[in-house]
Amino acid sequence: MAPPLLEIDRLTVRLPAGRAARPILDGVSLSVAPGETVGLVGESGSGKSVACRSILGLLPQGARTEGEVRVRGADVLTRDRAALRRLRSRQVAMVFQDPRAAVNPLHRIGDFLTEGLRAAGTPAERATARATELLEAVGIQDPRAALRRHPHEFSGGMLQRVVIAAALAGEPELLIADEPTTALDVTTQAEVIAVLTRLQAERGTGLLFVTHDLELAAAVCDRIHVMYAGRIVETRATDDLFAHPRHPYTAGLLACTPRIDPHAPPPRPVPGRPLSLAEAPPGCAFAPRCAFAEPRCSAEPPELRPHGDGLAACLRADEGILP
Amino acid sequence: MDSTRLEPAGPESTGLESTGLVVKGLRKSYGGRTVVDGVSFALPRGGSLGIVGESGCGKTTTARMLVGLERPDGGTVHLDGADRSARPRARAERLARARGIQLVFQDPYLSLDPRIPVGACVEEVLRLHFALDPAARRHRVADLLDQVGLGEREAAALPRALSGGQRQRVAIARALAAEPKVLILDEAVAALDVSIQAQILDLLGAIRRESGVAFLFVSHDLAVVRHLTDEVAVLRGGRVVETGPTVRVLGEPQHPYTRLLLDSVPRRGWDPGRIAEGRRALARAESP
Amino acid sequence: MTSLLTRPVRRPLLRRLRLLGNGPLFTAAVLLLGALVLVAVLAPLIAPYDPEALDLRSSLVGTGADHLLGTDQSGRDVLSRLLYGARTGLLGPLLVVGLSTVLGLLVGTLAGWRGGWVDALLSRAFDLVFSVPGLLVAIMFVAVSGPGLTAPVVAMAVAYTPYVGRLVRGLARQEKARPYLESYRVQGWSDWTICTRHLLPNIAPTVLAQSAINFGYALMDLAALSFLGFGVQPPAADWGAMINDGESALQQGAMLPALAPSVCIVLAVVAFGIVGEGIADRLARRER
Repeated sequence: MAPPLLEIDRLTVRLPAGRAARPILDGVSLSVAPGETVGLVGESGSGKSVACRSILGLLPQGARTEGEVRVRGADVLTRDRAALRRLRSRQVAMVFQDPRAAVNPLHRIGDFLTEGLRAAGTPAERATARATELLEAVGIQDPRAALRRHPHEFSGGMLQRVVIAAALAGEPELLIADEPTTALDVTTQAEVIAVLTRLQAERGTGLLFVTHDLELAAAVCDRIHVMYAGRIVETRATDDLFAHPRHPYTAGLLACTPRIDPHAPPPRPVPGRPLSLAEAPPGCAFAPRCAFAEPRCSAEPPELRPHGDGLAACLRADEGILP
Repeated sequence: MDSTRLEPAGPESTGLESTGLVVKGLRKSYGGRTVVDGVSFALPRGGSLGIVGESGCGKTTTARMLVGLERPDGGTVHLDGADRSARPRARAERLARARGIQLVFQDPYLSLDPRIPVGACVEEVLRLHFALDPAARRHRVADLLDQVGLGEREAAALPRALSGGQRQRVAIARALAAEPKVLILDEAVAALDVSIQAQILDLLGAIRRESGVAFLFVSHDLAVVRHLTDEVAVLRGGRVVETGPTVRVLGEPQHPYTRLLLDSVPRRGWDPGRIAEGRRALARAESP
Repeated sequence: MTSLLTRPVRRPLLRRLRLLGNGPLFTAAVLLLGALVLVAVLAPLIAPYDPEALDLRSSLVGTGADHLLGTDQSGRDVLSRLLYGARTGLLGPLLVVGLSTVLGLLVGTLAGWRGGWVDALLSRAFDLVFSVPGLLVAIMFVAVSGPGLTAPVVAMAVAYTPYVGRLVRGLARQEKARPYLESYRVQGWSDWTICTRHLLPNIAPTVLAQSAINFGYALMDLAALSFLGFGVQPPAADWGAMINDGESALQQGAMLPALAPSVCIVLAVVAFGIVGEGIADRLARRER
């Protein structure tokens, strides 16, 4: 197997004292190989966004970290500014949730697309040609004219395509997409996902796809990490995850997601609510909501261990508690 | 027949339409742009109707017109035979209309007054609509909050101390306090996490079974609509393009737009590439 | 005791505005204004002399043990006059700000809430008042009704109303579109109740911040009017009038009779400005 492109190795991120009772990320490990699509799924507050931002060296102010984030074997967290800049312009690119917030509304799309290339020393003409090519690749009609337009002349879906084009401009080895379609309508979401996955497959880019939508992750990703309260609770190949979840939270998420198939049962809620940052239970963070919890679950935190062909952080994962 | 346009029933067809909510030819435009273009539908007493569509299809504007937040440019709205198309004139009429239809907004972080504890927020509605003595009113507040799964501790809290799911429960209790015949849920679970969303959906199902209130479920999410409604109307560009029993419309969609919407829902083994094909089919159907 | 739990929480206004803990400059300004109010209230107790007692024998005495800040040309104790001057100095702007805030809230809310032609009409009226210099109007008022505190206060209150009105109009428009206020409309409350019970308390802190800034400007304007002889009349102690009186003393080389009230005016105006801006900043941060 090829050496992983991205390795997050037991990453723990703590906020300054008083702002949180528990780490916002707690021993998170994951890896993405070249050309692989890995999903990071969790609800709000699970830490999925913090995890993916840490890859670019973007951490909350005053945060303390343990562990490493390695891109091509080199740690990101200890890099200086110049090295981080090189990382962001050459190796790793990111697509955010809201395309309007990611683009300067006063600049033309052309400037937005070429500024990175120009900064990296590409001559103006070559940069423009490349930008045209990229816009064409993301399916924008008449890319030459589009270069001269301003962001407000594009719909949300079209603008997200532009943002994806810009992210691919530096030919990154790794693309991080943080809820890239959450702000879009369903039909637009489908089109943007189609563009994203096609380009990623063509270019062999590694993709870390962050979303709250397990169904969407299943449609896009080879492998899925499920996060809860700052920890990864289960990692598994997509089909296996859907067929045989080993962690009760994963099973709960699967059961509570409303499905469109005519024969799908009604969504079954998970009781309780996610852990807030002010709570730091000694045991498994999911235990208070878990139907299978035993006294020992609230006493010791479960390690992420191999169960089946994946990993799960549950003391009872091998007891066959889940169907 | 032109399936993209559903003509409202003529004024001579009376009968069943004296019960439940009957909307005919509702219209609204802003500065020359028509947002709602002749929307008609009927929601029987205790029924559940889904209005689905993407942003800009006019579903939210329709909901806002039904509760009087926007004034329609044309069309009629009747609830149990009573006309509510014109502006209410007197206080009694305004209150009667409020008791007819209530609304739960999308974002529970914005729909509660930040200054007012949630118990008081429910109590206000009771004070406005019902002549109860203080003891009976307090009792009713506790009942309503209990119905949505909130206790005394939450009753005393300000909205900011509550989670999104808890706030949406408060918003539902507040809407139910007026004992409406119709409850409009405008993307009421869209802002919530999935695990919380399922709790609220469960709660709504129980409320409908117990209280017999009719639901008008405005949503972009077909999967949610499938589980909560009997009938569905698909909106596009301010018009109803397809309507019928939810099982039929989502099971055997007739209109290419409904098909496109269904194909767009992500799931395992989903092929987003088919969307482009669906778009072309839609364009063919819509070109004259 | 559930009624205690469900009653709206009314935290003291000072706590809500967080007058302390906003940086050392802000704290200093608050303390200065507190001291000013204290001085105005306690002037008769702490002033060493009668502020209007003439003593031509001790005209323009310099600073010393008898007269801490010396005397003016008529031999009146400058310190005593300053202390008493704080009374008209604060009372005048207080009336101006009070009147203009009440008027501005009324007119601004009407314009912002009703919208349409009411808004258009009132907004043009604001523009009209803006286009006429306030001081000029005040001088005209004085010319008609004679000098004193009343005419300038009324004139300045009218001149300051559009500042408050325009702010309130914007806030009212913005708040009206927020779901929490819309939900009150859906519940069937009258516009009057929604505005007085729910809109005003929610915009009050922002308006208060503006009023604090206005206070400083009103103080300066009123001082200018009495300096010009249109305001509080001699021999009453007033900072603006004192500067006027002190002019001739300046020619004789005595700085303090004119300088001391000038410094007081500057400090007060700056302090009000800092407090107002501080509150506004704080609110902006809370809004995120």
